[in-house]
Amino acid sequence: MNRFAAFIKKEFRHILRDRRTVLILFGMPVVQVLLFGFVLSNEIKNAAIAVLDPSNDAESIALTNKLVSSGYFRLEKTLNTTAELEPAFRTGHIKMAVVFPPDFAASQDDNTREAPATVQLIGDASDPNTATTLINYANAVIADYQLEKAGAAPGVPVVRAETRMRYNPEQKAVFNFVPGVMTLILMLVSAMMTSITIAREKELGTMEVLLVSPLKPIHIILGKTTPYLVLTLINAAVIVMLGLLVFGMPMRGSILLLAGECVLYMFVALSLGIFISTRAKDQMGAMFMSALGLLMPTMLLSGFIFPRESMPQVLQAIGVIIPATWFNPVIKGIMIKGVGLDVLWKETLIMVAMALFFLALSMRNFKDRL
Amino acid sequence: MVEIEHISKSYDTLKAVDDVSLTVARGEIFGLIGPDGAGKTTLFRILTTLLLPDEGRATVDGLDVVRGYKQLRQRVGYMPGRFSLYQDLSVEENLEFFASVFGTSVAENYDLIAPIYVQIEPFKSRRAGALSGGMKQKLALCCALIHKPEVLFLDEPGTGVDPVSRKEFWDMLRSLRTQGLTIVVSTPYMDEAALCDRVALFQKGRIMAIDTPEGITGAFDHPLYAVRSDNMYRLLKDLRQMEGVADCYAFGEYAHLKMQQDAPAEKAMKGIRAYLESKSHQDVEISPAEASVEDCFIELMKN
Repeated sequence: MNRFAAFIKKEFRHILRDRRTVLILFGMPVVQVLLFGFVLSNEIKNAAIAVLDPSNDAESIALTNKLVSSGYFRLEKTLNTTAELEPAFRTGHIKMAVVFPPDFAASQDDNTREAPATVQLIGDASDPNTATTLINYANAVIADYQLEKAGAAPGVPVVRAETRMRYNPEQKAVFNFVPGVMTLILMLVSAMMTSITIAREKELGTMEVLLVSPLKPIHIILGKTTPYLVLTLINAAVIVMLGLLVFGMPMRGSILLLAGECVLYMFVALSLGIFISTRAKDQMGAMFMSALGLLMPTMLLSGFIFPRESMPQVLQAIGVIIPATWFNPVIKGIMIKGVGLDVLWKETLIMVAMALFFLALSMRNFKDRL
Repeated sequence: MVEIEHISKSYDTLKAVDDVSLTVARGEIFGLIGPDGAGKTTLFRILTTLLLPDEGRATVDGLDVVRGYKQLRQRVGYMPGRFSLYQDLSVEENLEFFASVFGTSVAENYDLIAPIYVQIEPFKSRRAGALSGGMKQKLALCCALIHKPEVLFLDEPGTGVDPVSRKEFWDMLRSLRTQGLTIVVSTPYMDEAALCDRVALFQKGRIMAIDTPEGITGAFDHPLYAVRSDNMYRLLKDLRQMEGVADCYAFGEYAHLKMQQDAPAEKAMKGIRAYLESKSHQDVEISPAEASVEDCFIELMKN
């Protein structure tokens, strides 16, 4: 026990004396959450648009005003000819253009016409996500405008869709980012940092001395991981606090259950870290392996940034073996939906299985010789 | 204390240790002398249970290095070639850590390390990374000794250390030996061989000779002269072409000249001087030389 305590003490000294490690441990989670929360969001406000309105009548002006007053759009330019469209897009001043026909109001009122009134929406699809979002917003505003018109003229049956966004009525992106960042940071700290610290002992030759001592491999592994387990738990708490206090995330489920699930996820990550360290010869190798093998997939394939449903089959399959794929819905379930183990048992069991598997694998691979 | 029987170890196609057998007695300083890449570290790692031999068997303190490795790890002290200390921990913290890893404390075995530790004690709160090479070496030795091992394995302790510190270090080893500790040390420095009780000359994974340093040098049976002139490069070239010369090589600021046949020294030196002057060498200096371990090593290597 004394041995073990000495090992942990030594490990804490390593961590706290290295400024870079401290910065990664405590600076990065805060910066990442704040960055993702404030700077990166997929909501769009005040997008610059141009309007080409040859009819310039009461109806077209009313629709233009409705678009601009929605808050999503800002009228950057009024165009006079179609020839001006291309340069406006090209210089990047506008993201979308609205083109009215020459006789907009007249075509609307004239029920005898074969073709109904049309408005053309042109998006700048060099950024496809933004373009799609803008076009959707514009369509919604136009549909709304149409409904109002139809309401004024009785006798036309209308279906009005009432939408309600449950659990996150304001559709705050941060509700998605906080759990996502948590999966990422916990993986980073647990897996990457442990693999690096074990690889460092190999690189500096101290592992040789540790091996030629009565320390058992399990002592070395536990001694290396315990400090990181503690620090990661602190990190998780900091991220959750930021989510609750700064971004107004709800905490509808049990906070104890969340803590328990975090520890479980950390076990998976730590055993992955140990596994990597049994393979890597030096710190660089350990870093590359964890960055490419763990962090990238956690970020890209777990469904944190891109929805898993729209991925090709192969990537979806790879996503299944990534711990974050299962941890992400657990955090969201507990914090946002307030559900318990009765709903999340499947994800939890999968993570338990992963922890056991990787722990066994890394114990098997951890050699007590060189 | 250490018994090695026909140990071999290969890495891929390279035979690092090739059929090595030797015995180290209790309380002896045994030197493994050989250039870099001779296989010294591999042999050390086998003896300290870090590597498994391909063939042969070895025991340390009566324990088999393969089967008895767990108990053996309690009893050996090992100082690897690189200074395996935690650079970001202080002198004191390093020592404390290694003591508790072996289930002991600094206070318990302080007597053993005291003569060495007092020299670095003034710097005990300094980080190990900020120590000089000589002090790092002393600290590493303290860390390897703190659990009172039966055998001490020191892999190239002199590398990267200044000559004065090296000499101090050897004095310490000699005083440790008087306390009954067995010490196995490897070194590429031939001059350190003379400080061991017995040495094995090691080259390309094989042992060329095992004996006391005196026994090794005593077996050198050619007349040897140290020669010097104003132009070393030309001197070596000319001497190699002289009649009756067995070998000639640079040795410090002299050329060591090994003759094929015994002859009265005065006469031989006269002959060499006459030969060199005929080749227009200036400031010629000739004297008979005692064979050192290095001379023996060079001779053995050529055979």
